[in-house]
Amino acid sequence: MFRTALRNVLAHKARLLMTVLAVMLGVAFVSGTLVFTNTISDAYQNSSAKGFDQVDVAVGAKYQEDKGDTLGKTPDLTRALLDQSAAVPGAASAIGVVNGFTAIADKDDKLIGGGFQSQGGNYWGDKDPRYPLKSGSAPHGKGEVAIDSETARRAGYKVGDTVRLSVDGPVLNPKISGIFTTDDGNVAAGGSLALFDTATAQKLFGKPGTYDEIDVKAKAGTSQSELKAALDEALPKGLTVATTGKELADDQARAIASSMSGLRQGLLVFAGIALFVGTFIIANTFTMLVAQRTKELALLRAVGASRRQVTRSVLIEAFVVGTAAGVTGLVAGVGIGAGLRSLMGTLGATVPDGPLVITPSTVAAALAVGIVITMLAAWLPGRRAAKIPPVAAMSSVHAQATTRSLVLRNTIGALFSAAGVAVVLAATTMSGSDGQAPMGLGAVLLIIGVFILTPLLSRPLIAATAPALRAFGVSGKLARQNSVRNPRRTAATASALMIGLTLITGMTVMAGSLQKSIDKMASAAVRADYVVSMANGNELSADVGEKLAATKGVTATSPLRNAPSRIDGETEYLTGVNGAAIGRLTDLKVDNGTFEVGGDKVVVDANTAKTHGWKAGSAFTVGFEDGKKQRLTVAGVYEGNELIRGIMLDLTTLAPHQKAADAADMQVMVKTSDGASGAAKDRLEKALGDNPAIKVQSKQDLSDDIAKMFTLMLNMLYGLLAMAVIVAVLGVINTLAMSVFERSQEIGMLRAIGLDRTGIKRMVRLESLVISLFGGVLGIGLGVFFGWAAGELIGTKMPTYELVLPWARMTVFLLLAATVGILAALWPARRAARLNMLTAIKSE
Amino acid sequence: MTTTPIADRTTAVAARATDLSKIYGQGETQVVALDRVSVAFRQAEFTAIMGPSGSGKSTLMHCVAGLDTFSSGSVRIGDTELGSLKDKQLTKLRRDKIGFIFQAFNLLPTLTALENITLPMDIAGRKPDQQWLDTVIRMVGLADRLSHRPSQLSGGQQQRVAVARALAAKPDIIFGDEPTGNLDSRSGAEVLGFLRNSVRELQQTVVMVTHDPVAAAYADRVVFLADGRIVDEVYGPTADSVLDRMKQFDAKGRTS
Repeated sequence: MFRTALRNVLAHKARLLMTVLAVMLGVAFVSGTLVFTNTISDAYQNSSAKGFDQVDVAVGAKYQEDKGDTLGKTPDLTRALLDQSAAVPGAASAIGVVNGFTAIADKDDKLIGGGFQSQGGNYWGDKDPRYPLKSGSAPHGKGEVAIDSETARRAGYKVGDTVRLSVDGPVLNPKISGIFTTDDGNVAAGGSLALFDTATAQKLFGKPGTYDEIDVKAKAGTSQSELKAALDEALPKGLTVATTGKELADDQARAIASSMSGLRQGLLVFAGIALFVGTFIIANTFTMLVAQRTKELALLRAVGASRRQVTRSVLIEAFVVGTAAGVTGLVAGVGIGAGLRSLMGTLGATVPDGPLVITPSTVAAALAVGIVITMLAAWLPGRRAAKIPPVAAMSSVHAQATTRSLVLRNTIGALFSAAGVAVVLAATTMSGSDGQAPMGLGAVLLIIGVFILTPLLSRPLIAATAPALRAFGVSGKLARQNSVRNPRRTAATASALMIGLTLITGMTVMAGSLQKSIDKMASAAVRADYVVSMANGNELSADVGEKLAATKGVTATSPLRNAPSRIDGETEYLTGVNGAAIGRLTDLKVDNGTFEVGGDKVVVDANTAKTHGWKAGSAFTVGFEDGKKQRLTVAGVYEGNELIRGIMLDLTTLAPHQKAADAADMQVMVKTSDGASGAAKDRLEKALGDNPAIKVQSKQDLSDDIAKMFTLMLNMLYGLLAMAVIVAVLGVINTLAMSVFERSQEIGMLRAIGLDRTGIKRMVRLESLVISLFGGVLGIGLGVFFGWAAGELIGTKMPTYELVLPWARMTVFLLLAATVGILAALWPARRAARLNMLTAIKSE
Repeated sequence: MTTTPIADRTTAVAARATDLSKIYGQGETQVVALDRVSVAFRQAEFTAIMGPSGSGKSTLMHCVAGLDTFSSGSVRIGDTELGSLKDKQLTKLRRDKIGFIFQAFNLLPTLTALENITLPMDIAGRKPDQQWLDTVIRMVGLADRLSHRPSQLSGGQQQRVAVARALAAKPDIIFGDEPTGNLDSRSGAEVLGFLRNSVRELQQTVVMVTHDPVAAAYADRVVFLADGRIVDEVYGPTADSVLDRMKQFDAKGRTS
């Protein structure tokens, strides 16, 4: 039987090629994902392990827990502790580490890296073992900085250049004293690292005289754990924690692995979708191959092959196809993995170097996925093949597709769909996260239900195209009738396209609605012309607000300054604002009381008020950072949103309790005399020294930013979902090729009685178009439904949420479906038109 | 209805092949399927083409009907020379001037009997001549079966639909390729009766390839082919006379 199966594979090369391609795409995506994530996480782990080479034991400060109305705090790691650490037995040396944020601008004043990995730190002494100097010398004083070689290379900086950088607000213009190499994982990932001498770093990062960490190096012969024990012994109890370098490296490796697993799972979901779509095509192909070979298989049965042998021959065929798909998919996947890595590189995220990692489990997964999926999909057709009676070999009638009643199928489909719709609708009435699981379940049920129902739906939906197809004369009429001739096949083909479009449409509806609502949220309550913030979401130093207030044309400013506090034994964040101006800068709805901030008068958002049981006139005690306590009165309760919420109090009330270095302004709101204009924005930016790390945004800029973020996200999703669409195209090609083959006699007759090649081509193309549009309409319909349902869930958490139907996009998707249809028909239509009339009309 | 005068009808030629040759392959493997065949099919005449397997009878029909290309010589349908036509023009010619009846019926399963009958006109985008259509349908006795699909019809009925399809467009000439090959003798006799009636009563021209002497006996004239050449011709054949001729060829074939 094996030889027969193998011969069959070879006899239907073209058709099976489509099947192999369909499976291969899915397998390639799976193995590509595995190769990519393995490679990246290995590279990161290697680089982070190297990064901890210089650390045998790290000593950190131990956070003192919050108690009652007193906030906890982190003890300072002082010079004394450093000296003490260096002196313990077994310690060779100790380095005090200072970290912070430092943005570096390139020569065009643009921020290097995304801002999230712009790091600053200290260079220890004249020769820091952590950072070997490539050129130049150690930085000294405020006027000098050392930068990492990767950043220097990217921006084209060399020793002696002046560089613009910013720590938390004001621009600094130090000279580059040296360029060093580093294994730091963040730098490897595309960030930058700027180092100052220790005293400067401590001052810039707002922690004079203290360190973030003390790294201790062991003497030769002393193990990390021995050194850790010695440090635990020597240092004051309860204030510090010592961790060995190995533990740190392991922790980081674990963190990297877990952050990678999210990405991996996300990508694998898309691979799964592509494979799922692929199974339809495989099942379709094998069903058709079996139908086509009815006589041959019946002959095998007639000459004594058992049912099991017939099934097995089909499965062996599937095995061969699956193996081929698995192997080619694996090879393509390795290519995809390598491609993704370099793609990340070109997108600006530098990935640490490392060999491409192809683990045995990747290979096994690729092969298993290819083989198992193909064989599973071929299982039903195989069973059907075994049911062919031996007598079919004798009958001259070409076995037509079964016209078994669809009643049972429709009943099951209707039940599934109804259950799915019911569960989804029920889920929309639940709140937020409670509804997620039922909604997912409902969605799956509904999709399965619609799958099962597609043959039933195909008739009315395709019949609806009749008026449009009439314009194409007899070709249109025949195309319409051909497309409903085998409802099961049409359904399977259309379903493959449907899934992709359901997801694409659903995502688009959700993203569009979310974007609109976030946009509304961000700008609805804001009356300010500009919002100034740090590029990476870090805090601004207090003098940014002062500088803005002093700028010409500015009529009102207020920072939103975060400060932790203790209220009723809980940690609560306060927002310090300019009480005199905040009313002009925001437009918040006041539920009760008045919007008045000043002295001991504060305003509170409705949620916080509810938790504490406050209303206008309530008084409460707050414990500030410096341990002092004060009684405050609620003047009004306002409706907060995602951006502005919590307890707002006047800066003059808050500031005395904060160290200058702790003054952390998340944003500064600015109102100017002549509104948002290019000139005003220029003036504000100029006032801040054209700092690359600070963003000055008008409401429009904010909207654009949000839109950009969503567009980027959607484009990535589209890219991934394109896989499913490509697989669907292969499916349509396959189905059409099969239809053309099966109907060759008819096509020959049509040619003979006078339908020209154009007419034949048009007939095949229109059939393809009809099937694709059918799938497209179903997909878009389902997508809109899911988008709406998901929105109902989101809406419970986000009051500004409203459904936005992206009509333009949906039209594009429908056109995409049409394009899929036309593209897929190119080759089959050509084949049909070139069919040899004489052989086609000849009877068997 | 054609308005051709009766006097002309006997002499007017619907299709004519002159020195028609069809050669497959080249050099050593060259096979001559048709060897300088000249034959004319007169209007309102029912011609049967006979000959043993491989004699070239089907090839002759395919070439004259514009389904196949030929190597040399000329084929005319009415006044049109086929040799110079492109595929598109040939297709149009087949659509407008020629009717076909195939051995395997070749109806479209998705269309009703009536839709199958009017298919050639649908392709041409023409409205069928209702009066003529009714005449044809009445003749083949399908009036009560028009809304049936082919799968609901017997073999004989399907072939009657095919005959009606060939007649409905009023072609200059109808070609039949073993039209009774898939039918039992009763249904076959019916179909042949319709074809003969269409010639007698509707002045249709019919050319039919067959290997069945009984079928050939319905024709006005039988042309015998062997080895790609016309070897004999009989007017007013009977089944017996045709069978005798066939036997002669067979005997000749065996002795030579």
